[in-house]
Order: sequence, then structure tokens, then C-alpha cells
Amino acid sequence: MADRIYRVNMSDLTVRVEDVREQWSGLGGRGLTSTIVAAEVEPTCHPLGPRNKLVFAPGLLSGTVTANSGRLSVGAKSPLTGTIKESNAGGTASQLLARLGLKALIIEGQPEKESLYSLHVTADGVAIAEEPDLAGKGNFAVVNVMLERYGEKTGVISIGPAGEMKMAIANISVKDPEGKVRSAGRGGLGAVMGAKGVKCITISVPREAAVPIAEPEKFKAAVKIFAKALLEHPVSGQGLPTYGTAVLINVINEAGGLPTRNFRSGQFEQHDAISGETMHDLIEERGGKIRHGCHAGCVIQCSQVFNDAGGKYKTSGFEYESIWAMGADCCVDNLDQIAEADSLMDDIGVDTIETSVTMGVAMEGGLLPFGDGAGIIRILDQDVRTGTPLGRLIGGGAAVVGKAYGVTRVPVVKNQAIPAYDPRAVKGIGITYCTSTMGADHTAGYAVATNILKVGGDVDPLKKEGQVELSRNLQIATAALDTAGLCIFVAFPALDIPEAFTAIVDMINARFGISLTADDVTELGKNILRTEHEFNLAAGFTNKDDRLPEFFSTELLPPHNVIWDFTGEEIDEFWNF
Amino acid sequence: MRVTIRLFANFRIGRCKQESREYDSPVTVRDIVEELGIPAPEVGIIFINGRNADMDQALAEGDNLSLFPLVGGG
Repeated sequence: MADRIYRVNMSDLTVRVEDVREQWSGLGGRGLTSTIVAAEVEPTCHPLGPRNKLVFAPGLLSGTVTANSGRLSVGAKSPLTGTIKESNAGGTASQLLARLGLKALIIEGQPEKESLYSLHVTADGVAIAEEPDLAGKGNFAVVNVMLERYGEKTGVISIGPAGEMKMAIANISVKDPEGKVRSAGRGGLGAVMGAKGVKCITISVPREAAVPIAEPEKFKAAVKIFAKALLEHPVSGQGLPTYGTAVLINVINEAGGLPTRNFRSGQFEQHDAISGETMHDLIEERGGKIRHGCHAGCVIQCSQVFNDAGGKYKTSGFEYESIWAMGADCCVDNLDQIAEADSLMDDIGVDTIETSVTMGVAMEGGLLPFGDGAGIIRILDQDVRTGTPLGRLIGGGAAVVGKAYGVTRVPVVKNQAIPAYDPRAVKGIGITYCTSTMGADHTAGYAVATNILKVGGDVDPLKKEGQVELSRNLQIATAALDTAGLCIFVAFPALDIPEAFTAIVDMINARFGISLTADDVTELGKNILRTEHEFNLAAGFTNKDDRLPEFFSTELLPPHNVIWDFTGEEIDEFWNF
Repeated sequence: MRVTIRLFANFRIGRCKQESREYDSPVTVRDIVEELGIPAPEVGIIFINGRNADMDQALAEGDNLSLFPLVGGG
């Protein structure tokens, strides 16, 4: 059966099943969502209006037995940044959509009346139903209702109350294999889904549905080489499974780049209390799970199950970024409070990075004292969840709250909160924050690997030399990985082990019966970046938006006492390819 | 010469989190790694006073040496 696209029009509540245009056939994941958004969405449209479109696309390798290939890309024009946006997540949906032969699910238009709908996706199309009873429900409740209705194996994509209220910090959640959620976190895509009136999307797949492989033997061989490389590399094979991503708390703190107290310092005195090492010991003590995958077929298993002091489940997928943002950035040194907030944010459906950085800015403005974890939990549960005026304000994100409180130290690029690496002390990632088509986004070109972790080479984090080229190469490669539906962490072995990179190209070729070269894959990455950049330029962005906030150039960051010293011309060199 | 050594991730197992050591003669990162019984190829990230360093770098009075295996995240 040929691949198809489902197009749901929420204005007249109709569904069209379309063949895939030839020029889209070699694309998946981010490559496809960005291409569709660029082709069909007017760059100057309001992100929450009927002319924006929300596109879901599994990666090119999703649904196959390839390790770590279950990432789902979600694209639209972002209500947070005003740029094009792709945000991806694990969970089970990507593999299910791929097994249905779906290249993409496109949601367009807007219902005339204020109503909430569910979309049930099957081999036959999409059934649209009104769901008044789901109004205001958190993600965990929505997942439970849908699993009861359609069965345990059903894929669920949903928004919490924040998405319904069209908050710019709202994310989209994807059910994981255990019935918890993973999130396409960044850029407020939950608000776009809310603006379409879609509370949840469920996916049911016939048992026998499988992704066709053009050259099965070749495919099998490459799959084996790839999985072996993931298990052999010390980062993906040992470090990530044992300590999770939170192992970085101590690494980045030692490097003096852990943004602390709303980006005033690069070290957090209580770093050990919130470190991956401490989390690991607490999980062992309390009977949680050290290793856990966000999707079937994940061999890295960087996620974990974190229990509370009573041994009861509290949260999973307890990431470095989430722990840093509420921990060091808001000076909360209590891992249990951070876990509680993490779970609340998953349920309400807000991005943990944007929300906690927003809290840090609000603390700077005097809303709460730094370190007040209980205060953050209270505001999340009582204000953000229910949409009080304070909740709506926080829901606008860090830039909005910075304005409301008259704060000058507001860590955003293109209105998106800067994540867990201070660009003054890790200069390569600063170039990525500036130039990413997504606003400040560490995953777009993870220069931390080469600056600090010494994976894929060695570029001094405190010097300018080589950073623009490094960020450019990483952003091109990442755009290609995001298109394949592969987890970003496969980059660690792929940067160091040549066979791993070759295996990725071989798997794509064998899956589709094509013969891409490594250069073709690089060219694909470049084309995706150019497509996204052109959308942003047409939306009104200029090179002057590719800059860090002023305070990074004027305030010295302890302990290294460094500033951001790139000129505009140096940054603009990024687009010279 | 006094040097503070900080260990992370699995390097802590059976060793310590942090300790201070005295040295009478010049010492390199490699010497200390050997003394700690850590196989050299397992050392991924080395910081001296928060700056990336290599195995052959010599330590000075009051230096902080931090050792990590190869780890990552993001």
C-alpha cells in the first residue's frame, strides 16, 4: 500500500485521504513537517488562527526495527516564537502512524464554535467526535480515558488545560509504552492544537500492519551495525542508561556553564543535591527504575522511573533540562519538589524548560523568592492549571513575564527560553541559540558535545574559534537525524564511530530501495535549514533577530568571568553555506 | 602542594566524591588517575579549575581536578 497523507479540516470537520506528492516522498519527520508548513502556511499568519496548520510526521525509519527510531515530529508556525517550528517526542505514536502507512497527518482550519474534539486515526481515515467531557482534563486523565475506550495499545497524542487555553508555553504530549507521557515540548505547539479545537488524537493500528522494507537483507545488516554502535559507545551504552541526562548537572556545573539564579552565575552551590548521581542513588533506594525507554526499540534507555520518598511513582523522563531549569535556574535544591513540579507540568501540558525559566524571570521580578519550590508548585497547580490571571501571565512564557515585571535579564532568543548551558561559558551552543530556525534550542545543534563532552572532536568552549562552523555542521546533521525519526542521542556514537553514520544512510536506502550517499544526506539537512530560514525571513525576521539578549555581552559570568563576545557579522557567517 | 580531587558518576564507586591530597613532587593528571586506579581509557572529561584539560597537564598548588567518565545528555 502506498504511503498516504490524512488531512483534517477543522473548519468544516471533513477529512481527506491524499496520495503523497512526489517531491515529499523522500521526506519524513522534521524534513516533511517543515516542508509542508513552508509550502502551505502563510508566514505572516497568526499562529492561533485558522490559516496555521499543525503537521504530525513519523520519521523515515519510524515503525521499523531500527533502534531509537520512534521520534514523532510536530510542526507549525509557533505562537511562542513566530518562527517555523518543529518539536519532536518519543512515545508510541510515531511507530503507529508509520505502520498505518501515514507520511503525515495535517490539521488545518478552525471550528466555528468553541468546542473540543477528538480525532481517531485508523487505516480507514479519521473519525472526528465532540468531547465536551474532556474539557479541562490533564494529560494523564485523557490518556486513561482513551486507553479504556480503545485499548492499551492505542497511541494517544493530547494537550492539557494549558493547550486548551492557548498558552504559549503549552506542549503536546505523546503516550509512552507505560501509559505515561513524553512531550513535544518547545514552541507552544500545544496552543496550536488547542486553537484547532483538538484535545486528543488516538491511533489504532491493525495487528498485522507493518512498514514495508524494500531490501530486507541489507536493512537487517545495517540495523545490526547501528544497534551495536549505540551499545558500544560509552555515552549511549553506559553513561546515559545509568545516570540519565541529569549526569550533566555536575559536568556543566564543573565547567562553569550551569545557568544559576536566572543566569547570574555558571555554578550552583547545591549542585550535588540535584545531580544525576544523587538521582541514581535515590532511585535505587526507593525502588524506582534506573533504565527506561521512551519508545519501544530504544536501546539507550536514558529515561528512568523516579519514586517519591514513600516508594510511590512520581515521574519518569526526569531530564537534565527540567531539573536544571527549576533547580539551578530557580535555585531549588530539592529533587522531590522538582519531581513534583515535573509531573504537574506533564499533566497540565507545559514545556518544562520554558515554564521554569519563566519562573526564574518571575523570581527576578519579585513574584517569589529564589529557591521557593513550594511556591512554584502552588502557582503551577492553582494558577497555570486553572488559568487565573497570574496563570495566564506565566503561560505567556519568559519574554512576556520579563516585560510584565520590568526585568532586563530575560534569557530568550526569538522569545524562546534559553536552556541549560550558559552561552558565555559554552560559546558553541550560543551560536546555535542565535542561529537556530527555532529560537533558542540546544537540540538544534548540540555543540556542548564537542565543547565540553569531547565527543566528535574538541573545540574550546571559552574561545570563539571554530564555533560557527561547529554549530553549522551540527545543525545540518541534526536536521537530517530529525528527518529520519532518530533520537538525538544517536549522534554521540554517530559522531565518533564512522560505521554508525554509514549504517544510518544504509538503513534509509534499504528501507526505500534508494541509493542516497552521505553527501545527499548532508544536502538534505542543508535544504531543511534553508527552507525553515526562508519561512522565518518571510515572516519578518532578520539577521538582527539572530542575537543573544544584551546582558550576555555586558555581565560577566562567574566563575570564569566571561562575556558573550561574538559580533553580528561573525554570527551571520553561519548562513554562509 | 595541595590538590583537590573531585570524582563523578561511576568513578565515585569504591572511591570518594572529593578529597584533598598532598604531593611533594610535580604531578600530572595521568599520575593521579593511575594512583586512583582508574583505567586511563575510561577517563572522558577532565577539568582543572573548571577548564578542559588533558592527561599530561601538570597540577599546581591549590588546583581543583575534576574527573568524569565519557558521559553525555542534553
